[in-house]
Amino acid sequence: MNKYMIYLNTIRCIGCHACEVHCKANKNLPFGPILCEIDHKPLKSIRGVPKTEFSFRSCYQCEDPYCGDICPTDAITKREDGIVVVDDEKCIGCMACAGACPWGIPQLNPLTNKMVKCDYCVDRVDAGLKPACVTKCTTHALKFVTMEVV
Amino acid sequence: MKESVYSICGMCTVRCPIRVEVEDNEVTWIEGNPHLLDGALCAKGSAGPALVKDDERPQQPLIREGGRGAGRWKEVSWETAYDYIAKKLNTIKKEHGPESLVVSSRGGPWQSMYKAFCHAFGSPNYTNHDSTCGRNTHHASLSLNGVGRKGFVYDIKNSKHLVLFGRNMFASLRIAENIQTMDMLEKGGRLTYVDVRQSMTGLKATRFFQVRPGTDYALILGIINEVIERKLYDQKFIDKYVSDFDQLCTFIEEYTPAWAAKECGVKEKAIKQFVDEIAEDMPHVIFHPGWMLTRYQDSFYASRALHILNVLMGNIEIKGGLLIPKGPGDCNAKGIQNVDFPKPDIKRADGVGWKYKHFDKGPGLQHLFFPTMLSEDPYPIKAWIAMRHDPFTCMPDPEAQKRAFDKCDLLVSIDTHYSEFGWYADVILPESTYLERDNPICLQKGLKPRLAVRRKCVDPVFDTKPSWEIFKNLADRCDMKDYFPFNSMEKYWEWQLEPTGLTMKDFEEKGFVSLTDEPVMYDPDNLEGQFKTPSGKIEMVSKKLTDAGLDSLKPYISPEKPSKGKFRLVYGRSAIHTHGHTINNILLYELMPKNTLWINTRVASKLNVKEGDIVDVIAVNGFKQRIRAHVTDFIHPECVFTVHGFGRQIPLQSRAYHAGLSDQKLMVGMLDKWDKAGGGLNLCESFVTVRRSARNPRRRVEL
Ligand code: SF4
Ligand code: SF4
Ligand code: SF4
Ligand code: SF4
Repeated sequence: MNKYMIYLNTIRCIGCHACEVHCKANKNLPFGPILCEIDHKPLKSIRGVPKTEFSFRSCYQCEDPYCGDICPTDAITKREDGIVVVDDEKCIGCMACAGACPWGIPQLNPLTNKMVKCDYCVDRVDAGLKPACVTKCTTHALKFVTMEVV
Repeated sequence: MKESVYSICGMCTVRCPIRVEVEDNEVTWIEGNPHLLDGALCAKGSAGPALVKDDERPQQPLIREGGRGAGRWKEVSWETAYDYIAKKLNTIKKEHGPESLVVSSRGGPWQSMYKAFCHAFGSPNYTNHDSTCGRNTHHASLSLNGVGRKGFVYDIKNSKHLVLFGRNMFASLRIAENIQTMDMLEKGGRLTYVDVRQSMTGLKATRFFQVRPGTDYALILGIINEVIERKLYDQKFIDKYVSDFDQLCTFIEEYTPAWAAKECGVKEKAIKQFVDEIAEDMPHVIFHPGWMLTRYQDSFYASRALHILNVLMGNIEIKGGLLIPKGPGDCNAKGIQNVDFPKPDIKRADGVGWKYKHFDKGPGLQHLFFPTMLSEDPYPIKAWIAMRHDPFTCMPDPEAQKRAFDKCDLLVSIDTHYSEFGWYADVILPESTYLERDNPICLQKGLKPRLAVRRKCVDPVFDTKPSWEIFKNLADRCDMKDYFPFNSMEKYWEWQLEPTGLTMKDFEEKGFVSLTDEPVMYDPDNLEGQFKTPSGKIEMVSKKLTDAGLDSLKPYISPEKPSKGKFRLVYGRSAIHTHGHTINNILLYELMPKNTLWINTRVASKLNVKEGDIVDVIAVNGFKQRIRAHVTDFIHPECVFTVHGFGRQIPLQSRAYHAGLSDQKLMVGMLDKWDKAGGGLNLCESFVTVRRSARNPRRRVEL
């Protein structure tokens, strides 16, 4: 079972897209790949106020990662805590994973020619910190949740 | 080795506290100061390192070779640039007098250094960008409360109801304030938002008024009328602190909610329900008096009326209301010292202080320099140093400005990036970015006043310098050796801290020094002396305004309706960009490369304009720009809206170059339309023609 998940409190989210930049800055990504995505539906008037809600999406860290199954070099693995990570040493940048992922999550980092995707900022998690997007969310709308078996 | 440095963000002028991690002279991580913001930062804040690495910014001093604006530059050393400027300044001083120099900057804690330079040179003509920003709000508060707009901080967190008139705070971010507002809303507080369109802030509102453009003042008057009619105001507060309240009561009689509803195009019932709500929430209701409120012909009066509502709520120095910011004196502490030079006893060229006596003399009013420059009356202006200030982006009608600037023998731009003004100037002096430079210590007033400092995190990537060094070097060559008698920022900090007994070590733990452990509040029943008006009261009728032949309570005048085919041009912000500063930043450009023109669905269909179509936007003199339309139900049909800062014309900024549309270039003739009471420019009083552009291909003729 996945140990972690990122949760967006839509009441607090102001659609500022900062999380997308926090992520890129942390991973030192160039123009091109954006690993998480803030989106919203068209506005609808609710009791006189035009409203919409924002959604946050990154990699789903699937139970059975399609991206990993197809990878010819076994570069993608699922860790014990559920995080699906890519091993840069093994990745050859063929991007088969992007085609296999139902949501097209994996992207090519043009600087390294390797695949890059959200890994909950695994180096930070291992250091006892939270992912970049969560740590620096402008209004503290994003939460890094640790699931517990009850 | 990894290093952690506390500093102050510089991607916009909010200056949020940050913590920066540095490894091998590279910034690897920036977050909001954990002690103050718990990590929170905006997109621009995270894009700081991309600014440092951006090679599309000036990398060494440049002296113009071709005609102004031609873009032919000679790369020179700092010595050569300093000598060149100093020689010109010294000649200008000899021939025209020192007062022919203007120094302009942005407002904020570090302006004393630029102001002191101007004064030490012998000129009274220091100015800043505020006549296109907070001047109306500032003067409105001064005329009523006797303190300027920084005379209050808003205790949003503890309030029950925040009312915002076009203050789009979730796009014009101030992170601490944003977090407070969210906390307040999560606790069940209310947010009322008023604008001509729906915005990121309006999305979070519990009540939304979409008003006809330019009618904010009418809605505020209608609300005051209802509050007074229903006697909801705090009588005790008014008896104690307010003068001429009866004049307000008489004045307001005719402005009923029914009248306001009709004028603004909203429902009378909604105004009354809103007043029911504030009756429940009083005194913990904050009417935000506006930030950048240099928009309509009556913005000054709108802001003043919002301040009046705060007074009626009796919310001053009450938890969840308007709090008086405290300084070192309130904490039994000593403040820091800053370089300062007395202002020369010469008339200001913008007329502030002698022709216009009711304005705050500090930075004067920048747009009023232009007529003086053209007429040379009372004296010519021959040199202009713009310190991180871009008049061509920040003020309307750059072409008209150029006619005035052409009267100058020397135009200098000091900035971290190419500004539109810099591109036209004679010399560009590249300042190091905020991550590459130290700045003086500054005092941040509030309930818990503190001292904070910006520190250099990495060495400059290019041959750039911090501003203190630039001004010091110019001063040394202009015979102003006393101006800044320090050889390093460390020495200056030491001197700044002398009265306080603190050392730089005290900043290491948290990046700031709090001057008190507990918040300092005054007794709300004992606020005598806090309102620094001539009478010491909150003055409904200001003698200063009366003496200047101006109303304090101004009868409402309905705004002009656009003629057929025309629209009022309204502009604003997005959370991704800081006006024109950040458009070329690769990480921010990636998210928002261009702006769009918001236009109402109904009028768009009449113009045969569909979502994403290219439209021509045409100024009164025929000047035309093109932009893609965003067709939406959620904007008033009388106006079109766009995000400010785009449409830049600097070829070396390859990303920003001609990307999107520049609203200020369409504001032709608007330098002359300003508020005689508030001093601000009326930036939303210009009209444009919009039509479907011939650039939309009708068919594809190639393969
Ligand atoms: S940073 Fe936070 S508030 Fe901004 S868009 Fe992302 S989740 Fe929403
Ligand atoms: S990349 Fe796609 S398939 Fe792979 S774990 Fe993420 S969401 Fe699942
Ligand atoms: S968890 Fe890390 S990698 Fe994933 S979206 Fe957030 S910042 Fe990006
Ligand atoms: S609002 Fe954003 S850009 Fe402005 S100072 Fe704060 S973090 Fe920096």
